[in-house]
Amino acid sequence: MSHHSDLIATDINAYLAQHERKELLRFLTCGSVDDGKSTLIGRLLYDSKMIYEDQLAAIERDSVTHGTTGGGFDPALLTDGLRAEREQGITIDVAYRYFSTTHRKFIIADTPGHEQYTRNMATGASTADLAIILIDARHGVLTQTRRHTFIASLLGIRHVLVAINKMDLVGFSQEVYERIREDYKQFASRLDLPDLHFIPISALRGDNVVEPSASMPWYQGSTLMHFLETVYIGSDRNLEDFRFPVQYVNRPHLDFRGFCGTLASGIVRQGDEVMALPSRKTSRVKSILTYDGSLQEAFAPQSVTITLDDEIDVSRGDMLVRPGNVPRLEERFDAMIVWMAEQPLVPGKAYLFKHTSKLVTGAISTLRYRVDVNTLHRQETDTLRLNEIARCAVTLSQPIAFDGYRRNRGTGAFIVIDRITNGTVGAGMILDRVTAEQRHDHWDAEPRVSGEHAESSLVTAQQRAVRFGQRPVTLLLTGLTGAGKTTIAYALERRLFDMGRAAAVLDGVALRQGISRDLGFSNEDRSENLRRGAEVARLMNEAGLICIASFVAPDAPVRERAREVIGPDRFLLVHLAAPIDVCRQRHDGDHYQRADAGEIANFPGVSAAYDQPADADLVLPTHEWPVEQCVDRLLQLLRDSKVLD
Amino acid sequence: MSGYNLTHLKQLEAESIHIIREVVAEFDNPVMLYSIGKDSSVMVQLAMKAFYPAKPPFPLMHIDTTWKFREMIQFRESYARDELGLDLLVYINEEGRKLGLHPLDNSEKHTEVMKTDALKQALNKYGFDAAFGGARRDEEKSRAKERVFSFRDRHHTWDPKNQRPELWNLYNTRVSKGESIRVFPLSNWTELDVWQYIHLERIPIVPLYFAAPRPVVERNGVLLMVDDERLELHPGEQPQTRTVRFRTLGCYPLTGAVESTATTLPEIIQEMLLTKTSERQGRVIDKDEGGAGMEEKKRRGYF
Repeated sequence: MSHHSDLIATDINAYLAQHERKELLRFLTCGSVDDGKSTLIGRLLYDSKMIYEDQLAAIERDSVTHGTTGGGFDPALLTDGLRAEREQGITIDVAYRYFSTTHRKFIIADTPGHEQYTRNMATGASTADLAIILIDARHGVLTQTRRHTFIASLLGIRHVLVAINKMDLVGFSQEVYERIREDYKQFASRLDLPDLHFIPISALRGDNVVEPSASMPWYQGSTLMHFLETVYIGSDRNLEDFRFPVQYVNRPHLDFRGFCGTLASGIVRQGDEVMALPSRKTSRVKSILTYDGSLQEAFAPQSVTITLDDEIDVSRGDMLVRPGNVPRLEERFDAMIVWMAEQPLVPGKAYLFKHTSKLVTGAISTLRYRVDVNTLHRQETDTLRLNEIARCAVTLSQPIAFDGYRRNRGTGAFIVIDRITNGTVGAGMILDRVTAEQRHDHWDAEPRVSGEHAESSLVTAQQRAVRFGQRPVTLLLTGLTGAGKTTIAYALERRLFDMGRAAAVLDGVALRQGISRDLGFSNEDRSENLRRGAEVARLMNEAGLICIASFVAPDAPVRERAREVIGPDRFLLVHLAAPIDVCRQRHDGDHYQRADAGEIANFPGVSAAYDQPADADLVLPTHEWPVEQCVDRLLQLLRDSKVLD
Repeated sequence: MSGYNLTHLKQLEAESIHIIREVVAEFDNPVMLYSIGKDSSVMVQLAMKAFYPAKPPFPLMHIDTTWKFREMIQFRESYARDELGLDLLVYINEEGRKLGLHPLDNSEKHTEVMKTDALKQALNKYGFDAAFGGARRDEEKSRAKERVFSFRDRHHTWDPKNQRPELWNLYNTRVSKGESIRVFPLSNWTELDVWQYIHLERIPIVPLYFAAPRPVVERNGVLLMVDDERLELHPGEQPQTRTVRFRTLGCYPLTGAVESTATTLPEIIQEMLLTKTSERQGRVIDKDEGGAGMEEKKRRGYF
């Protein structure tokens, strides 16, 4: 195993001194057998002289029996792994290869390119600094090229090298190279790829792999090896946000308590003020200990032991940060999740989530959309199968300290573990943005304060019913904007009042002036507005009142949840079924014009769906009936439902 | 932000320490398998670093096949037990010993009984739920795709087709009762990394790695050291004193020596870099059962 260095023979100590200063670069190779991926890796190992003669002899033997080069030297055989896979002629899992040059040590994550192995590529990509995406020059940008690029981008790989391979089979044509390059750029512009490079190569012949190609004088850039040796990765780490997940508390005796861990990001110095999360207690760094002595400062990704000035309570799973630079500390967030198990994801099911050094239970509460990895299109979905990727809302049983994955791989990543099989079933990347939906999807949330039960009333529901002469109920009037909900609600309230009944209107629009003034008009915010309305309606009913609730309530599932909050026996659904054209004419404001112009997003009937209720207790054709006729019909419904005598 | 860079060895060290601490934090009863070789020396050093100023809170365990070089046993006692003061278990498959298997007559059976079976027995006996091993992915093809945290079922077997995905540095440590995990903190180290680290950190290793005059016989092109009288000499064989060293250590009748004059670490590294054969080539066992020898052994629960 000789590197290209005469120093080994002449001055081994100088050579060793030189190699002590090497950097580590991890990269991922993406492509299928047909793209020449194994050939490229074999070529890198062979040309960097990392193959021993006994291994080479075995390969030459194998080239005759298994090779694809008609008995000639097949570099691909260096990297194919287990026996069964070799018999199939493919590698099917993640395998790691190692080589080094004078400047760097390289770890290659070798993953296959088939569609069914998104899981493996995500695994390899999770630790990679750089991805090599192989394209067969004869075929250009394919579906799998897009898939590989998307996954590389999703997993936050900053440097992408597109190796356009088999240039020998297209006559080393610059035109072919340029066309593929343009195709790729056009596609990649939709993704977050901060550092993109292209190199035309022939892995089998070695052109532009280690040595510049004599056949492609038109290409003046780096060879692939030179690029790997020199690409700057020093700024990839996050050194700004100090995050120290406590991995283990070292307490050999009463006088020593050290917090062991690996800095996920940032820098810490002796004497720094630090805050422990989730307790928010603060202290100062007394010492940063290692076996090789105390350090003045430590930085990511060093593994150290920190001692503090004060005896604050810190245990595994907690995180030390700086008081002026804290991560988010929440139990709900949105994440992109790659599903990795044969059994599909079950929304709402309890899974284990491992994030930094913390293991918590939780659930994937909502699947917002699935991403088709081939087209990048978003699709609605109610589950996630092996190798599928979705944006999900995650709800944990307790808060964790996290950052967005784009900003911080160490505190933005998690894995999902099945509680029964113990298998790793998913991998997630937390999204940066605090979106309205994740703040407000509280339908399933547990009360924040538990164990403190409200005292129960001394007045029974029966006594109230006798006093008011009515059974309390909530009428949910649903319909498009302009259907007449509010007008009819107030008319009915007046009529009930005049009859000596106790009733009150709960208007969705009015709610937004107070209780819901923090909400907008996204699907999620409309949902949350109705949830709050349902809770208020329930309180009104408990007080014995008839509640006339006027809400657009466009989503059938959300209406169903409101029914559950209020109680199915106290809930009547009334659909105000005026067609949209009539609603547009009747509506006083300019909402429809603004929705048409795109100024209001998610407007039911225009830019969002309105689910026609199939289960309404009453349908009122408000475009045909006058208000009073509608009110008469509603009173009839209340009598039929034994609300009024 | 320049200056905040780790060399590749310091980065590997930090990652290995992270792995070792994770095991101690998550498992009830871990053990470090200690083979006395250079990789074990590095692994033990990393464990010392991980828990400083305390000692590693788990025992070392040596599976003694009874055919190890005498110098290995001496080193085990003087260094690991006495100098480092670590809790050291030695396990021998006594049932297997009664079979009197000679590694030279039946190397495969010997390895299975005295090494693989012995390991399983010892893990069961002590109820260890996690076992550190010093294996590296660059050693051999089938190791290249093994996980850092490698799941074992109740029978200690490895299923290469059904491995848990391993992402970032988030290790899934969950096992049911009776199942266990083998953990390989040196997964991403290469042979050169190990030697360089030993050199930089001045880590003690068994003197057999250094060239010295030793009694050897040459048999089928392999130089075997006559370490004790159990190596029966063939007719006409006469031990010769030659200056040799070992690139890898195992059962002495199964471990070939190489002729060498390397008596210092730089010289060893120099020799390694200039040589043309891989480290495990001196080992007989990988060649059993054709190219997939190691994979078969690993499936059955070998280290």
